[in-house]
Amino acid sequence: MAKFRPSSNLPSLIVVFLLAGPVLAGLAGTVLPAFGYLPVLGARELTLAPFAELFSMPGLLQSTALSFWTGLVASLVSLAIVLCFAAAWSGTQTFQRVSRFLSPLLSVPHAAAAIGLAFLIAPSGFLARLLSPWATGWARPPDLLLINDPYGVAMTLGLVAKEVPFLFLMTLAALNRPEIKSHTKVATSLGYGRMSGFFKVILPQIYPLIRLPMLAVIAYSTSVVDVAVILGPTTPAPLAARLVVWMNDPDLSLRLAASAGALLQLGISAGAILVYLLFEASVTKLSSTRLARGHRMKSDGAGRMAVLATMVFIVSAMCLSLLVLMIWSLAKSWWYPAPLPQNWSLSVLSMALMQTPQIFGTTILLGILAALISTSLTLWLLETKTNAGEQVDHRLRTLIFVPLLLPQIAFLFGLKMLFLMIGLDGSFTAVLLAHLVFVLPYAFLALSDPWQRLDPRYARVAATMGASRARIFFKVQLPMLTRPVLVTLAVALAVSVGQYLPTLIIGAGRVVTVTTESVALASGGNRQITAVYAFLQLLIPFAGFAVAAAIPAVLFKNRTAMRLDA
Amino acid sequence: MKRLLIAAAALISGIFTLQPVSAQDSDWQDVLDEAKGQTVYFHAWGGEPRINAYIQWAAREVENLYDVRVVHVKVSDTASVVSQVLAEKSVGKTSGGGVDLVWINGENFAAMKTSGLLAEPGWAQSLPNWTYVDTENKPTVLVDFTVQTDGQESPWGMAKLVFMYDTARLDIPPASLDALLAYAKSNPGRFSYPQPPNFYGTTFLKQTLLNTIADKAVLSDPVVPNEFEVQTAPLFNFLDELHPHLWRQGQAFPKNAAHMRQLLADSEIDIAFSFNPGDASGAIVNGELPPTVRTFVFDGGTVGNTHFVAIPFNSSAQEGAKVFANHFLSPMAQMRKQDPEIWGDPTVLNVADLPANEKALFDTQDLGPATLTPEELGSTLPEPHPSWVTALEQAWATRYGAGSQ
Repeated sequence: MAKFRPSSNLPSLIVVFLLAGPVLAGLAGTVLPAFGYLPVLGARELTLAPFAELFSMPGLLQSTALSFWTGLVASLVSLAIVLCFAAAWSGTQTFQRVSRFLSPLLSVPHAAAAIGLAFLIAPSGFLARLLSPWATGWARPPDLLLINDPYGVAMTLGLVAKEVPFLFLMTLAALNRPEIKSHTKVATSLGYGRMSGFFKVILPQIYPLIRLPMLAVIAYSTSVVDVAVILGPTTPAPLAARLVVWMNDPDLSLRLAASAGALLQLGISAGAILVYLLFEASVTKLSSTRLARGHRMKSDGAGRMAVLATMVFIVSAMCLSLLVLMIWSLAKSWWYPAPLPQNWSLSVLSMALMQTPQIFGTTILLGILAALISTSLTLWLLETKTNAGEQVDHRLRTLIFVPLLLPQIAFLFGLKMLFLMIGLDGSFTAVLLAHLVFVLPYAFLALSDPWQRLDPRYARVAATMGASRARIFFKVQLPMLTRPVLVTLAVALAVSVGQYLPTLIIGAGRVVTVTTESVALASGGNRQITAVYAFLQLLIPFAGFAVAAAIPAVLFKNRTAMRLDA
Repeated sequence: MKRLLIAAAALISGIFTLQPVSAQDSDWQDVLDEAKGQTVYFHAWGGEPRINAYIQWAAREVENLYDVRVVHVKVSDTASVVSQVLAEKSVGKTSGGGVDLVWINGENFAAMKTSGLLAEPGWAQSLPNWTYVDTENKPTVLVDFTVQTDGQESPWGMAKLVFMYDTARLDIPPASLDALLAYAKSNPGRFSYPQPPNFYGTTFLKQTLLNTIADKAVLSDPVVPNEFEVQTAPLFNFLDELHPHLWRQGQAFPKNAAHMRQLLADSEIDIAFSFNPGDASGAIVNGELPPTVRTFVFDGGTVGNTHFVAIPFNSSAQEGAKVFANHFLSPMAQMRKQDPEIWGDPTVLNVADLPANEKALFDTQDLGPATLTPEELGSTLPEPHPSWVTALEQAWATRYGAGSQ
């Protein structure tokens, strides 16, 4: 890194300073035990025994395959749905209406969405209750394996329902450029059908912007824990879910095998990404001739309706799940097959609200600080790099993304030791620093492409008129990036609010957030409490996304080209 | 409460007439003095609001009486606490640790004990309220899953496996393993148990093992790998026969006891179980189970144990932690804990030997509609040695948890 000029060095140095320690500590906390080194347990020899133990675990092959396939399939299906929907309907009233529903769904935490979905589709769930026994004849819930099925179908669907809003938001941001509209017009005037016009003209331009988020989705889906635990199979469970069980096993020596498993998990995520990249390359190759062949494919009405139906299905499933969550949060008793609760009660909700002002305060403060620091740092880094005419160093990129790819629980053990050694453990600052490790990758993910896509000529014009770097940044670049910056802040806030293990372990129980409180309370399995806290948990991110959507709408009221309705 | 302490002191002086009484008293007085102004971070499972409220109550009491502040750190899994102390020990943090007191038993205790993560032995017996603990009829207050507690953890409550059923759907519950199998066969899909290594699933395996093994005596010793297969053959024969008739044909299992209880409430299954004999009564009060739910036990007894509080080796408020642990053992706190409207967790004290006033608190207590009397609860079978847990869980996972090979 010595080759950097001083001007472009400072933000990189800060990022390295913030991340290198935690990432190295986290890696060491994963890699060393995987090779048999964990002195506190008396393990001091470097061996491959933990891997041998890992591979002797019953059903390991199935677990590995499950993690790989459910994650990859869910990511591909989500991408296909989002792209087809954008192709079929972007620029229409319908598109706007659906996007109004989809964007807020992004703020629903994965666990809450999965719990809601389980309430909805279980044999004793809401849908069954609505139809029973008058239509189905089920006086009692049928013994049907709808969730936790051994092939992970329910889990894949749950992941799709959750990843579609994320990829949709990323696509929406990518579509939000003035030239897209004119390209669409040209394609239409040349007689291309709506969908083929999108895939042949628009997609090649916007795909680079969606690519990195897509890779993150694959990494996330192949290593997801909460959705897997709620909807996934258990005989055996996907690898990531089993790792958590091993890491938490009272038999401490299982940690060694679990660390080896964490490296295997890393391999699975990397493998899935690799397979996707190969798929991407072959699609590019195959389509290069088709793109130029000139087939107009005008009659795509049936396809468009099918895509719309899929999207409406996903949106309504998610909305219904949230509705069921809402009903449960007010239901004291709700026996099958009653379509609505027999006993309503506000006591849990009011109790939770009374106890939470302080918890809410901590959560919001942590989230806002983490969001502001990570977003400004990312902008600063990108601005100095662009100014120096450099790309962001790939080592730096790796450093930023490693925390997303390693299973949190092993990573955190090393991180915890680092914070203990510097004596920061259990403080608000320590938790904030730990959150930054996991928030910064998302900020970088959400901002780097919009930044790269910024037309450099605006900055050049401003510079020729004598504007300083700071003035160019604040008067030209930042205003043009208002929307992505706000979305980044909202995503960062949501990620910070969602952190459970980092907050609990680094905070040593001293720093309590809405999420630590909800996970602890949800472990008791009381549905009303689970539902109430799931709501409290989505309140803050939801507010964040609402603000992020409202500000540009007000600011750009008189700026046609900056509006979203492209 | 002061009155109780005086009573306790009087009792101690009565018992230890030959010992230097003042020394005992002054030792405890030293602890009380040291504890003044301390803050105790009590790491305890936070999944049950009634228990959380009870801890809040106890925390207010010790703050008023002894000027000790207690903060309940709600955790979802005690293993994360073990992990935290382990990390602290790894970097040589021998004082000022983040955990001052932890709610614990069984394997987690064994793990902390063998890894040297606990405070010096003997402190539990030095608590003034220890005299009330029923060491005679409740041997598990001294032996936690066959591991000697050595006074490194102080008993808090008793647990015993009880089964719950809804009288609206089931008249005569199957009170033995064979009856349970017969019930499952004639009512397919209406029974299940949490998937091991969930604690409750493993407990069901242990109960079944106790009911099927030829020689129960081997269970108090570590597993002998060569003999394990023969010893557990009847257990797995039973499960092989049971599994096709389980909920979801044994392809999916409830995640934990709470999930299983929810399935009972949803009328997906007919029988669930709990480790807290007062659980069903409490859940009825709370609206989580229908009022028609009752409990039963197997003829010949069910597995039981004790749950404890322990102080980690590097606790920053050891004295405050002892004061809080001692308060948990006070007759008033134990009585409130046993009240199903408050928690419904059985006491560890010897009620018969309590001073008359305190005894009266227990005698007039209503244990709730679904709670069995101590006589009906029957005998308590001791937990097997912890090594059986790991062996059983592995054998189970190989047979039923590895998918169709």
